Amino acid sequence: MLRYLLTRAWQSALTLLLSTVVVFLGVRALPGDPALALAGEDRSPEALAAIRHHYGLDQPLPLQFAQYVERMAQGDFGESIRTGIPVSSMLSTALPVTAELSVLAILIAAVLGVGAGVLAAVRRGRPAEWLANGLALVGLSVPHFWLGLLAILYLSVATGLFPASGFVPFLDDPLDNLHHVVLPAVILGTGLAAIIMRQTRSAMLESLSSDYVRTAKAKGLRPRAVITQHALRNSLIVVVTIVGLQLGGLISGAVVTEQIFGLPGFGKMTIDAVFQRDYPVIQAVVLLTATAYIVINFLVDLLYSVIDPRIRVTGDPA
Amino acid sequence: MTVLTVPMAETAPAGITRRTRVLTRLRRNPLAVVSFVVLALAAVVALLSPWIAPYSVEQTDFAHTFSPPGTPGHLLGTDDLGRDVLSRIMLGARASLQVGLLAVATSLVIGVPLGLAAGYFRAWDAVISRFTDLLLAFPFLIMAVGLAAIRGASLGNAAVAIGIAQIPGVIRVVRSDTLRLKSLDFVAAAVVDGASDLWVLARHILPNATSVILVQATVAIPAAILGEAVLSFLGLGIQPPAPSLGTMLATAQQFSARAPWAAVLPGVVIMGLALAFNVFGDALRDALDPKGDRR
Repeated sequence: MLRYLLTRAWQSALTLLLSTVVVFLGVRALPGDPALALAGEDRSPEALAAIRHHYGLDQPLPLQFAQYVERMAQGDFGESIRTGIPVSSMLSTALPVTAELSVLAILIAAVLGVGAGVLAAVRRGRPAEWLANGLALVGLSVPHFWLGLLAILYLSVATGLFPASGFVPFLDDPLDNLHHVVLPAVILGTGLAAIIMRQTRSAMLESLSSDYVRTAKAKGLRPRAVITQHALRNSLIVVVTIVGLQLGGLISGAVVTEQIFGLPGFGKMTIDAVFQRDYPVIQAVVLLTATAYIVINFLVDLLYSVIDPRIRVTGDPA
Repeated sequence: MTVLTVPMAETAPAGITRRTRVLTRLRRNPLAVVSFVVLALAAVVALLSPWIAPYSVEQTDFAHTFSPPGTPGHLLGTDDLGRDVLSRIMLGARASLQVGLLAVATSLVIGVPLGLAAGYFRAWDAVISRFTDLLLAFPFLIMAVGLAAIRGASLGNAAVAIGIAQIPGVIRVVRSDTLRLKSLDFVAAAVVDGASDLWVLARHILPNATSVILVQATVAIPAAILGEAVLSFLGLGIQPPAPSLGTMLATAQQFSARAPWAAVLPGVVIMGLALAFNVFGDALRDALDPKGDRR
C-alpha cells in the first residue's frame, strides 16, 4: 500500500516537473521578443540589455527555469498585460465558479449515468435498455455546446425558466446561484453521464453474471438487495475511474460551457486571454490546468485504494 | 470505408475466415449497415462538395440575409451575410471530416509505434508512461489554447491539438494488445526462429493489433469532429470566412434573436456524423469480439 502510494507520488511529481518544463519552453516559443515588448519607446541595444538583465532573460536557461518554478510555486503568475491585475487575483475569483460548475456536473452525471447504466443492465433486452443505450450514444455524439445553445434559445429565452447568462456568487444568494448554474451543469454533465452509463452497464452485466451475485441470489436475497448491495457497490469505482480519466474532457467542456452561459469562470478567462494575446494569463491557465489534472488524478488513485481493497494488496488498479 | 481492405493477421491461417465472419456479422447488424451508409454518403458529399454545392461558400448577397429555410433558390436559407447555408453546411462537414481524419492520423502515427514499444520493451514502458501522463495533463482545449497562442489559430493547429490529445488513448490500447500478443505462442516461435524485435513487431504483432487500432480510430474520429466544432465555435479552429459547422453555430448564437433556426442544422449535422461513427464503432467492436455473439 505505502509502496504503491510512494510510487504514484513520485510519478505525479515527475509529471508535474515535466509539464512545468513544457509550459516554460512554450512561453519561450511565443512570438515576439519579450524585452522588445517591455521596452516601449526606448529600443536602444543598451536599454534592451538592461531589461533582459532586469528580468533575468540573459541568464542561462536552466537558471531561468529555476527562478520560474520559484515564482510559480509562490503563486506569482505576473500581471495581465491588458488590465494590470495580478493573474493570481483573477484566478481566485474565477476558479470557484468553475469548481462549482464541475462538481455539480459530476454529481448530475454520476446520478444519471449510474441510474441509466443499472437500468440498462437489469432490464437487459427490453425497451428500457434500448432507450438507455440510445440516449448514451446520443450523449456521446452530441456537441454539448450546441445543446447549451439550444437550451438557452428554447428554454431560457423562450420560457424564462432559467437565466440565459450571468452568475451570482453562492454566498450572495445561494438559491439564485444554483438557478444560474444548474442548466450549465446539466449540459456539461450529459457527456460524462453517457460515458458513465456505458461503463456502469458493462460493469453491472459482468457482476450480475459473477459467482458472488449468483450466490447471493441462491441464498434467497431479494433481487433489489442483490443489485444495491452487491452489484451497485462496484459502480462507485466506475464513477471514480471515469472522473479521473475524463477530467481533461471535463475541463475542456467547462471552458466551452462557461463561454456559452457567460459564467465568469476559468474558461471564460482563458478564451478572453487568447483573443487579447494576454500571455501571462494563458501561461497561468495552462500550467494550472496541468497541475490540477495531475493532483486530482493522484487523489483519485488514493481514493481507489480506499474503495477497492484489491488495489491496496496488488498495487495495481484492476 | 477501408475496413474491407485492411490486411488482417497475415500470419494466422484463419485470417480470411475471420475477416469474412466479421463482415458477415456487420452485414447482419442493421445499425451497422445504416451507419455505414450514412458515413459513405457523407464521405461522397464531402469529397464532391466543392463541385456539387449549389453556391460558392463565400458568395455574399446582402439583399437576402437571414432567408429562412425553404426559400426558393436557398433550400436551407441564407446566413448573416446572405451566403447559402446548404453550401456552407456541405463544405463545413467536409472540414469536420478532414480534421477528424487528420487528428486521428496524427494520433496513430505517433501513438502506434509508442504503444508497440511500451508493450514490447519493458525498459521503454516506464518512460512512455510518463510521456502519456504528461500528454494527459494538457486537455485538448488547453493544448489548442497554447498552440493558438504560439502559432495562431487554424484548421491544422486544431487537428494537431486534438490529435496530440488522442495519443494517450492509442498508446493504451496498442500497448495492452501488444502485451497480450507477445505472450502468444506464434510470437515466441518467431523469436526462437531468430526473428529480430523489429521484424516480430512489424510482421507479427502490428498486423494482429489492427483490429483494436481500427476500433480505436472509429471512436476517435467522432471525438475529433466534436473537438473541431468546439474549437471553431470558440474561434480557435477554422477561421472565417472558411466554412465550418462550429463557426456557423457561433454566428447563430450571435444572431439568435433574428434567426433562431440557424442554430439547429449545423448542430444536427455534427451530431449525425459523430453518431454514425459511434454506432459503427460499436458494431465493429462487437463484430470483432472473438467471444462472439454477445448481443
